[in-house]
Amino acid sequence: MKSIEDLKRIREEMQNKIKLRSEEGAETRVVVGMATCGIAAGARPVLAALVEEVGKRNLENVTVRQTGCIGVCRLEPIVEVFEPGKEKVTYVKMDAEKARRIIAEHIVNGHVVEEYTIGAAEGGANA
Amino acid sequence: MKELSLNVLDLVQNSIKAGADCVAVSITESVSSDLLTISITDDGCGMDEEFLRRVTDPFTTTRTTRRVGMGIPLFKMAAEMAGGSFEISSRKGEGTSLRAVFQLSHIDRPPLGDMAGTVAAIVQSSPEMKLIYELKTDEGAFTFSTEEIKEALGDVSLSEPEVVEWIREYVRENELALH
Repeated sequence: MKSIEDLKRIREEMQNKIKLRSEEGAETRVVVGMATCGIAAGARPVLAALVEEVGKRNLENVTVRQTGCIGVCRLEPIVEVFEPGKEKVTYVKMDAEKARRIIAEHIVNGHVVEEYTIGAAEGGANA
Repeated sequence: MKELSLNVLDLVQNSIKAGADCVAVSITESVSSDLLTISITDDGCGMDEEFLRRVTDPFTTTRTTRRVGMGIPLFKMAAEMAGGSFEISSRKGEGTSLRAVFQLSHIDRPPLGDMAGTVAAIVQSSPEMKLIYELKTDEGAFTFSTEEIKEALGDVSLSEPEVVEWIREYVRENELALH
């Protein structure tokens, strides 16, 4: 069973990490659309998977954020990746598994997962 | 929406947009009276009477980028399809309160679903906001409050992945104990 006591341990661990983070600087933002359209299409498990992966892999300079309707409701759940000095990458029709792949391949290894991007979805036969 | 917990997540986003400092979500599940009641109360900016009158209309929204607003209409529809009812009250400058009642055993009532996931997502999006989540069943009651855990966390943000994961598990375990 989880208890409030666990939080004190997390607090101690985090305090060291926060120091590290402020020294490293520039951060990557991963943003999930969480308006009615995104939520109905399955954004909650996508968000949960992203948060879990970032935590598990101890990715210090990556933050997961939520935003409202991105504007292309039919392609939800949508995830946007903002890396310092790079062009924004928009991933569409996400699910938890695809989200985990984005963390592993794009965020960790630096390779954009082309097949999930809005360009691939809109340019392909399913457009 | 496949689960009512998704409607709750969506509706709390309205509270967040309304600038609420405190949101209370209360769910009462009673097999003995065959009712499921979900209520959400916030201290956000509220609505004036004219806006409140048309807020259940899907073509009402505060957004300026498009003209549809489905959150409240979908929730109202879910309640009415499950032999229940929906009510909303609000005062400009004071906040908004809404409540939906469902017939628990109704065949068209969507499942409540993953409330732990909803609580985790709300806290992750607005770590500064005070959130109180209360679940009552015939077996007992459970209350989760962000204020309680903020004390234990000190200056560590509630949106840290480790904390969000802990909240999800903590709420899930306590909910399971009530069923």
